[in-house]
Amino acid sequence: MCMAGKLKTAKALAALQKRLAEEMDTGKCRISLCNGTACRPYGSNPVAEAFKAEIEKRNLADKVEFKITGCHGFCERGPIAIVDPGNVFYQRIQVSDVPEILDNSIQSKAPIERLLFKQDTGAKSVARQNDIPFYTDQRRIVLGNNTRIDPTSIEDYIAIGGYTALSRALFELQPDAIIQMVKDSGLRGRGGGGFSTGTKWETCRKAHGDIKYVIVNADEGDPGAYANEGLLTGNPHSVLEGLVIGAFAIGSHQGYVYVRNEYPLALKNITLAIEQAENLGLIGKNILGSGFDFSVRVNRGGGAFVCGESTALMASLEGKTGEPRAKYIHTVERGLWDRPSCLNNVETWANIPLIINNGAGWFSKIGASGNSGTKIFSLTGKVNNTGLVEVPMGIKLRDIIFDIGGGIRGGKKFKAVQTGGPSGGCLPEKLLDSPVDFDSLLKAGSMMGSGGMIVMDEDNCMVDTARYFLTFLEEESCGKCVPCREGVKRMRQILTDITEGKGQLSDLVLLTELSAHLKDSALCALGSSAPNPVLTTIQYFKDEYEAHIKDKKCPAGICKALIKFTIIDEKCPGCGRCVKTCPTQAITFMGKQKPVVLDQSKCIKCRTCYDICKMGAVSIE
Amino acid sequence: MSELVNLTINSNKYTAEKGSMVLKVARDHGIRIPTLCDHEAIEPYGACRLCIVEVTRGNRTRIVTSCLYPVEEGLQVQTDSPRIVRNRKMLLDLLLARCSENKVIKELAAEYGLEKPSFREEYWEKHDCIVCGLCVRACEQVVGVSAISLVNRGISKEPKPPFLEKAKACIGCGSCYYVCPTGAVKMEEKNGVRYIYNWKVAFKLKKCSRCGIEWAPEAQLEYIRKKWNLEPGFFDICPNCR
Repeated sequence: MCMAGKLKTAKALAALQKRLAEEMDTGKCRISLCNGTACRPYGSNPVAEAFKAEIEKRNLADKVEFKITGCHGFCERGPIAIVDPGNVFYQRIQVSDVPEILDNSIQSKAPIERLLFKQDTGAKSVARQNDIPFYTDQRRIVLGNNTRIDPTSIEDYIAIGGYTALSRALFELQPDAIIQMVKDSGLRGRGGGGFSTGTKWETCRKAHGDIKYVIVNADEGDPGAYANEGLLTGNPHSVLEGLVIGAFAIGSHQGYVYVRNEYPLALKNITLAIEQAENLGLIGKNILGSGFDFSVRVNRGGGAFVCGESTALMASLEGKTGEPRAKYIHTVERGLWDRPSCLNNVETWANIPLIINNGAGWFSKIGASGNSGTKIFSLTGKVNNTGLVEVPMGIKLRDIIFDIGGGIRGGKKFKAVQTGGPSGGCLPEKLLDSPVDFDSLLKAGSMMGSGGMIVMDEDNCMVDTARYFLTFLEEESCGKCVPCREGVKRMRQILTDITEGKGQLSDLVLLTELSAHLKDSALCALGSSAPNPVLTTIQYFKDEYEAHIKDKKCPAGICKALIKFTIIDEKCPGCGRCVKTCPTQAITFMGKQKPVVLDQSKCIKCRTCYDICKMGAVSIE
Repeated sequence: MSELVNLTINSNKYTAEKGSMVLKVARDHGIRIPTLCDHEAIEPYGACRLCIVEVTRGNRTRIVTSCLYPVEEGLQVQTDSPRIVRNRKMLLDLLLARCSENKVIKELAAEYGLEKPSFREEYWEKHDCIVCGLCVRACEQVVGVSAISLVNRGISKEPKPPFLEKAKACIGCGSCYYVCPTGAVKMEEKNGVRYIYNWKVAFKLKKCSRCGIEWAPEAQLEYIRKKWNLEPGFFDICPNCR
């Protein structure tokens, strides 16, 4: 598609948008293949190549529009594709399936049964994406467009109405009106803080100084979380458009996108998006002839979790060590290079065009009172349907885990869900009916964070879970303040002792005291939220701590020092599978059809025999 | 003249310059707040957290570090509330576990009734450095040479010379030694040479041409001479003989 230079007026943008929308609406059948971070390792790249080659070989370009898109969300079933018309959802596509998918799609035949979604092997298949339970309970206002556009094409984004919000903001609204709209929408910061975005913008606009900065925080470092990645990779222009609107409202002419370097796709796509927007005159001098100038730079984060904290991120942007500083003077007053700076999360910025286009009233009706809009979560762990889910705020945890997530894997029993990343709390079954919003999660001892959601089942040991997250936080603490550097280390030592059977009941008191201390005295949110996994596991799973301390037992059978693997002779058929896989030759083969013997002195408790035995003949004591 | 504000510290009324830090205002009035990472010549940093106080503004009370919190009209400050004392004691407990044999830390901990750390003895450490960063900050902000920096992250963070080799930019002024609150910077002078062992450096000392006393590292004097554009030989005589 050829583009005609810079757009100099709002009218020119509208005309281009009209033309591109008409070109997109070709009536051809469209195949959108997910090429997100999860589908790639599943083999989405070779499948994409196969589609392209097959279309060329059979000369199908005028019948099929093939689109390589960003993340569709249902990562568990990748590589996935949607075929329109029909909204047919194909999953776990192999290269060999490509010719058949093309045939079926062109000839509008019945969907290919074996590639359709089934929750379980015996269940009925579902053809349409919109009918799959994983999608039906979601409200994908932000992520939804990922399936419609090629993220490397600004034309695609414009064709579905992209940058009309910017045009509207520049020509129909004054900065104050935009800020009022964002305030009225009730949008709260999606990075986890939950502060009113409109209020933040207003303070930054009113702050003294003519040089101001706007920043996209894309330093998503929570283990297992990739919501920002999915959005920035799959729809970079939506983030960029939000950023330009914010800059205009605040009075900023320079923006930064701080992306962690471990997100190569996101980096590539946002860098390309900026270049494309510059070429079209949507970023740069005199945007659309409005007189407003704005430029954006991409900065790469060097792999420190703490740089997701706003002041540490700004220090890093300045070229200094990524260490937080006290925020008694807010960053909207004195942030980057001591200038007023407005930093928002990727997801927050991406919500802005929606609010401008659809109105504050529309947005505030989505979600719950005081918590409007949707939130994207990275649903991971022991659920059947893992992936990126976007839900209206206020939805129950139970609905996310059991309806969207399809319940617990392997028919096991739910034990806990951790929300909000490594320093979120672990919530038990009795809290599954509490709503997912900023305030309720905080009340329960957890937090929204930037959208991690890890589901745990009966096989997870909660003491070990707390130890695991504290180990992560100990490694990621910047080391500046004493409570975090020394306190998290001590908590991790105590927890390790408990998992090794060296704990005492007084340790629980010390852990609680340390937790209160960190919440009171740590410099930044990394330190003050670090106790959450400890406090919530003590609060909701105290029996597990007591079992480790008093009985020297790990009820979930995880903590190596407290468990012993044995072979149940009556159940063992002597198949020898465990003998072959045992890495330390601790299991000896006694002869055909006879039970095997496990030598405790050689056993390293790696669990391989337990996992491989189909007869349940390995038991954990 | 700058604006004055009214505040209370431990229920006593005071007037102070708007924007000045709570710690300074308290100290100006003889109220003691313990600190380890604070120095009047260096920008406040907020790392040791010992200077925490409770501040109330309107109906919101919270804990802040007084070295970084600017005073404002109507602010109420509590420097030794039970919550503050509890937190300070835990800070010293953590520091004592890190520096279990350091004299300064032991004395400060004893003031809060701590004889030994609350943590299991096998985990006690014997550091002298509390990673307050004063040496690094003095070198950067006061001396202006940035010969050393804090390296690594989290529990392995420590002040070190670049690449853990001899600190090439060091002028041997010893500011790091003088500001260190816990004696973690080891400096010594013998046989006309000043050694700062932490940065792997040694400096020949200048001999006064009149009284013969070895009074400062030659490198430091040369640095000052060049910076202020003084004539060669300006420092041949020590300050006492001048």
